[in-house]
Amino acid sequence: MTSYIDVKNLSKNFEAINAVKEISLQVEQGEVLGFLGPNGAGKSTTMKMITGYLTPSSGAISIAGINILQDPISAQRHIGYLPEGAPAYGEMTTYKYLDFIASIRRIPRKDKKDRINNIIDRINLNSVANRKIEDLSKGYKRRVGLAQAIIHDPNILIMDEPTDGLDPNQKHEIRSLIREMAPKKAIIISTHILEEVDAVCTSTAIIDMGQIIFTGTPRQLAALSRYHDALNIVVKIEDAEKTKKIIGEQSDDSKVEEIYSGNEIRITAPLKNRKPCSDVIQAALSREKIVPREYFFEKGRLDQVFRDLTSSAQDSIKETP
Amino acid sequence: MNQTIAVFKRELEAYFITPVAYVFIVIFLILNGLCTFYLGDFYERGQADLEPFFELHPWLYMLLIPAVSMRLWSEERRSGTIELLLTLPMSTTSAVIGKFLAAWAFCSVALMGTIPIWLSVNYLGEPDNTVIAAGYIGSLLMAGGFLSVGACISATTNNQVVAFTISFVVCFAFNLSGFPVVLDLFSSWTPQAVLEVISSFSFLSHFESIKKGVIDIRDIIFFGSLMTFWLYLNVVVVELKKGK
Repeated sequence: MTSYIDVKNLSKNFEAINAVKEISLQVEQGEVLGFLGPNGAGKSTTMKMITGYLTPSSGAISIAGINILQDPISAQRHIGYLPEGAPAYGEMTTYKYLDFIASIRRIPRKDKKDRINNIIDRINLNSVANRKIEDLSKGYKRRVGLAQAIIHDPNILIMDEPTDGLDPNQKHEIRSLIREMAPKKAIIISTHILEEVDAVCTSTAIIDMGQIIFTGTPRQLAALSRYHDALNIVVKIEDAEKTKKIIGEQSDDSKVEEIYSGNEIRITAPLKNRKPCSDVIQAALSREKIVPREYFFEKGRLDQVFRDLTSSAQDSIKETP
Repeated sequence: MNQTIAVFKRELEAYFITPVAYVFIVIFLILNGLCTFYLGDFYERGQADLEPFFELHPWLYMLLIPAVSMRLWSEERRSGTIELLLTLPMSTTSAVIGKFLAAWAFCSVALMGTIPIWLSVNYLGEPDNTVIAAGYIGSLLMAGGFLSVGACISATTNNQVVAFTISFVVCFAFNLSGFPVVLDLFSSWTPQAVLEVISSFSFLSHFESIKKGVIDIRDIIFFGSLMTFWLYLNVVVVELKKGK
């Protein structure tokens, strides 16, 4: 089976700047790829090439088996695209705008009305169907953009920062929608919000300075964290010294971190070996009659991995003249 | 084809949703009236025809058509909707033609607003109505020519003011290309044949015979091929910008 989205050695040069360098990606049906990276890393440029808005300098893009450079129109039929900031014709009403998109998408006249009403219901646009898009709030504008992208029920959905600038409720709504659609589609979302990866993505690719520096599942990404499987324990301040001593025996001292808050202390310590060390620690704690307020193992801190991965690349660039 | 119609409808509605359309039509009609009755000495001439009315159309269009065409593409670039438009499964040519036809239809509506002048001249005397009809056709063709220039220039920039200004200058040059102002620039260093080609681009001379009631196939071919050329260039500009 061919991948829904298959990108090979994609590069894009703007004048002298290499915005994107030799990127390769595959996304299958049912997969939600989180495209991560700092601002200006090349996420948008890559998505613009995949959707046929920009012509690559070199490389190949196949959309549902169709080469988008040779046959853009056939390839674009399979794609729903939400560009960054969800641009729309502000002077149109939501309904007319969706009607326009449906016409361009060649949705047959007899189905059009049903399809538009269906989408309006599904994305909760009823209250704004007859209002001008320019008068809508940011959240509604984004939803109109999403409605436009899925009105033809595409196999492939590409969204550039779909939740950027939305409030937590709106973010949650958009994410639920994405999760709901995910099984039948191949989806790419770009973001610089890491919680999004945990919330919706099945795989991630991190891009920095135009290059992919990591691909894998969100779990694999978290495993890169120095906090991956780290023990997190909260005890009363009077037990702090004893606890630190117990943990210190099972962990590398230099990596233990302490945070004081009120009359408690939180100790974060990567253990040498999770299961046996944990058993030893728990036995020792109960011997000392210390009852921890919290005791759990971290999955890993995505934001810290993200920072480590992307800032190290920046440093190495600075070093080369 | 259906897609071209969809773009056409959207674009034409966009003119009328915003106040632009009404402002434009009112100004067009006022200027038309002023030009015809004051500059054109409509009454004093004592002739029942619309020559003074059509006489000034090339100059009116030069000023007003860039205002119609300036938003066609530059507004899409400014607001980012161009990214949406160009990632929809539609050829660039369909979009270019749809937009151009919408602007042209809009100009036709404005031109239809001048029908009362036609009626007055029929009330006052007995004009040759075929000559007047020819004048209207010529005027529309000329508007299309100016529009195609403006649409193409609009695709090169995301700034409507820049689009307007450059279109105005190019339209001005097309109007004047039979005049010494333009020809003198070239006469010292280009052969006579080239000069003749340049002066043959003058909208004025092509409009001249049409407005007198003579519809020459060469004039129609001129405006037709001019529009085709500029719209083709419009497609090329949009496609080239994808590579940037």
